Amino acid sequence: MAENENTTNDPIIICEDVHKWFDDFHVLKGITTTFKKGEKAVICGPSGSGKSTFIRTINHLEEHQRGTIIVDGIELSNDLRNINLIRQEVGMVFQQFNLFPHLTNLKNITLGPIQVRKMSKSAAEEAALALLERMDIADQAYKYPAEISGGQQQRVAIARALAMEPKIMLFDEPTSALDPEMISEVLDVMRELAHSGMTMLVVTHEMGFAREVADRIMFFDEGVVIEEAAPADFFDNPQHERTKLFISQTLQH
Amino acid sequence: MENLAFTQEVKPPNTQKGPVKWLKDNLFSTWYNSILTCLGLVILFFVFKSVFTWVFTQANWKVIPANLQILSIGSYPLEQIWRVSSVIYGLAVLLGLSAGIWNGLTRQITVAIGCIGAIILLLPFHISVREHALIANVIIAVCFAIGRDRDNWKRWVVIGWVLSFPWTMIMLHGFGADTVTTTNWGGLLLTLILAAIGILACFPLGVLLALGRRSQLPAIRWVSTIYIETVRGVPLITLLFMGSLLLPIFMPGDFQLDKVIRAMVVLTLFSAAYMAENVRGGLQAIPPGQVEAAQAVGLTYPKTMLFIDLPQALRSVIPAIVGQFIALFKDTSLVSVVGLLDLLGIGRSILGNPDWQGLQPEVYLFIAVIYFIFCYAMSFVSQKVEADLGIGKH
Amino acid sequence: MMEDNSHKILSDKIPFYRDIRFLKVFFQILFVIGIILLTGFLYVNMLNGLSRQGIELGLNFLNSEAGFELSEGIDFEPSETYLKAFWVGIVNTIKISIIGIFCATVIGFFFGIARLSNNWLIRQIASVYVECFRNIPLLLQILFWYALTRVLPVVRESISFFNSIFINNRGVYFAFVERADGFNAWLWYLLSGSILAIFVVLGFAAFRYFFRFRELQQTARPSFISNITFGAKWAAAPIFLIVAIVGWFLTPEQPFAVTRPALQGFNFVGGMSFSPEFSALLIGLAVYTSAFIAEVVRSGIQAVVRGQREAARAVGLKESQVLRLVVIPQAIPIIVPPLTSQYLNLAKNSSLAIFIGFPDLFMVGETMINQTGQSIPVFAMIMVSYLIMSLTTSAFMNWYNRRITRVGK
Repeated sequence: MAENENTTNDPIIICEDVHKWFDDFHVLKGITTTFKKGEKAVICGPSGSGKSTFIRTINHLEEHQRGTIIVDGIELSNDLRNINLIRQEVGMVFQQFNLFPHLTNLKNITLGPIQVRKMSKSAAEEAALALLERMDIADQAYKYPAEISGGQQQRVAIARALAMEPKIMLFDEPTSALDPEMISEVLDVMRELAHSGMTMLVVTHEMGFAREVADRIMFFDEGVVIEEAAPADFFDNPQHERTKLFISQTLQH
Repeated sequence: MENLAFTQEVKPPNTQKGPVKWLKDNLFSTWYNSILTCLGLVILFFVFKSVFTWVFTQANWKVIPANLQILSIGSYPLEQIWRVSSVIYGLAVLLGLSAGIWNGLTRQITVAIGCIGAIILLLPFHISVREHALIANVIIAVCFAIGRDRDNWKRWVVIGWVLSFPWTMIMLHGFGADTVTTTNWGGLLLTLILAAIGILACFPLGVLLALGRRSQLPAIRWVSTIYIETVRGVPLITLLFMGSLLLPIFMPGDFQLDKVIRAMVVLTLFSAAYMAENVRGGLQAIPPGQVEAAQAVGLTYPKTMLFIDLPQALRSVIPAIVGQFIALFKDTSLVSVVGLLDLLGIGRSILGNPDWQGLQPEVYLFIAVIYFIFCYAMSFVSQKVEADLGIGKH
Repeated sequence: MMEDNSHKILSDKIPFYRDIRFLKVFFQILFVIGIILLTGFLYVNMLNGLSRQGIELGLNFLNSEAGFELSEGIDFEPSETYLKAFWVGIVNTIKISIIGIFCATVIGFFFGIARLSNNWLIRQIASVYVECFRNIPLLLQILFWYALTRVLPVVRESISFFNSIFINNRGVYFAFVERADGFNAWLWYLLSGSILAIFVVLGFAAFRYFFRFRELQQTARPSFISNITFGAKWAAAPIFLIVAIVGWFLTPEQPFAVTRPALQGFNFVGGMSFSPEFSALLIGLAVYTSAFIAEVVRSGIQAVVRGQREAARAVGLKESQVLRLVVIPQAIPIIVPPLTSQYLNLAKNSSLAIFIGFPDLFMVGETMINQTGQSIPVFAMIMVSYLIMSLTTSAFMNWYNRRITRVGK
């Protein structure tokens, strides 16, 4: 069973009937759910099911066209201030890392704190070095992203998101672009982060990680959540045909 | 497997090396390559022979030294020439210091400029010109030695470069009774000023236009696009003519713009459109994930552009931008169409003088060499930068 | 930050200065107002400026007598209108552009491929050519070539090649193919040949569509259009060629004849001729642009990744086949866009004609402004003409580029 000692009953993300279209294509067909403070939710589903789009609406990388999203008491609306506030509260880690290739790893991390949080350069660098230490890659601080391995890049990317001291972390398939031997080093970091009580929304195909860390697993298909349950129930007693198929396919290898 | 130790000691089969091998590989590898080589040699022989006979026996080179002064500074008064030298020496100081403080690119540019100075020194110019070149090179060398590894001077040198521009204009223009109006500016001096201003001013404008063309706001996008496409669709010479014929009509009654300034404005507006397309090319090549990552960290649009998009975009299009600068430098030769006497314009006016009639090949060739040295130096530096940044390797 | 009031939702009222929807519209309106104010300012100034200079805007002047001569181009008398004069200028610009583009492409491809030669000497010669001619201003080159035409011999001492090309200070004269008496008769053969070809193709396509592929699945059956293109390639073209060739021999007189320039009185008559101005402009444009085209070709071919060549060799293709079947088809989509912009540059650069007195569109326009003072309408006409040329060329090239890249994907 997942550890939920950190989970409280305070909702931190509230989604109500969230819809999203790409032109005529209906990607999200009314998602309604609530994430609690400290909760670890794993989102899975076949490609094109809208799972990535869903977590990208939460920090407004994608605009939802109907429904409400409230993050930490701030509604995502057309209010410029709210969007900026939420982006400071929510960190994000991408499948392709998206590190800035023209900046050193350290500068990748300090950019946000200095420019957005208005921290002093020295304080930001100190905090960044501490984060890199925590990610076990302090010796890579002054290198450029292209000079380190994929697993190390992804850990820098996690450090970059954490440097903003977010309340929520979004992970969009963080291990999908990695070589097999590097996946575990990234998952270790994520596991450690989960223990620290961070609220995490993780889109991933790593079912082992899901079973171990998640409080809840949400299964997306064709823009709707067709099943959500605690890991034990989800894996051992899936309700929906689509879910059963998915689990049997992903657990085969 | 047991033979491994032995195979390592075996030397490669005896291969030919040295010049014979090189000739065989590079010039006579196949029968048609041999024919091409011979053909090339024959053509080269005749071209060189005719050029050399003309240059050393038939050409009348007296026209160059006799007009060297107006070719370089136009009708800038001789008693005010110290202004020009002081500007050159000032720039030499900045250049030397920068080369000392920053290494890499700055040093290469400085070496390239130093080489131009050395060439001028060696050519049979008037002795005063060669003195200037010598002094400027010595200043560069001395300042280079002084500025080595003085990191704390960085800020002051940057401020110096920023101030060098108004300083140049003020020094050249002068004040009070000693004013040298722009009508007296000419020759290489005018060419360099026009090119420098055009290059400096078109850059920010081009970046703004590129951002405008990629804006999400349709009104801004459309206006930028129309501007860029219109300017790129017509020849520079029509725009220069418009600047001289139409601008006076469109300006308020008593407002008269200086001829040189009008040409500067047109050159800037013209190359900004091309610059915008170069920058846009660089912006388009940036993966969308970069902007998303910047937004996820909470950067606002201007900061995303400033810290993430533009640095990457500009780096990837440095060759195109330098190409644009070279084009602009060559395009300044068109200003003679509106009556300015730039390097080429002065050359043409010399040829209009009955004393020097019929010496077109000599004068044009000399001017061509000057343009070539500047343009080639720029493209050489650009290739160096390209190699340093490793563009095309990834 | 919002620890305590996390249930109180910050959503009720968005002040307008933070509302994205408002800001988007607001900035655009601000921008448009700025543009309108600027145009308005310029317009008012223009009206004042025009009244100051006593000029009335209008296009009526176009129908009045031009009163100047044009040194070359289609026949033009000073008594004809300004509009006709402008048209002569446009035709001259198009003529120099097309011939220039042709020459620049041939020379450019030659030097571009030479820069990739495995012969060191050829490579060096090509590099020197490219570096020299692209680093010297075009205007200077044109003036230089024009100066050279001034020192050419007089008509009676023309330099001649094979008795068909004559070069002197009045221009270049060369033999050219012209229509002869038999041309109209031969035209009938061409016409009947093409009609025959069309019928054959349609019949052929219909036959293939309905009968030959009856047994195939509906989806596998080639479309009618693809049958037509197939038929055009394999049936129509040969039929047309055969009819044209047979007609050539059947017509009693020759359809074409070669005329050679011959000295009559003080000048050459017959054949085709380029004036010194045209020649200097053509050489300048072609040589200058060819240096850029050579670079485009070289980098286009080099951009085809090495793995492609290696794969082609691994399949067992010969070097010539590697180039023809693998490298060039991939290099062309890379080459076409920059090549187009070089073509457009050449067309625009032909406006430098004014420096040596070749009556192109811009020079005629400038003369019109000098005579009538109608600077604004004439500039508008000049700009529109150039824009139409640029936009049609780039539209055509975009279409072509899409076509070949689609095949590639």
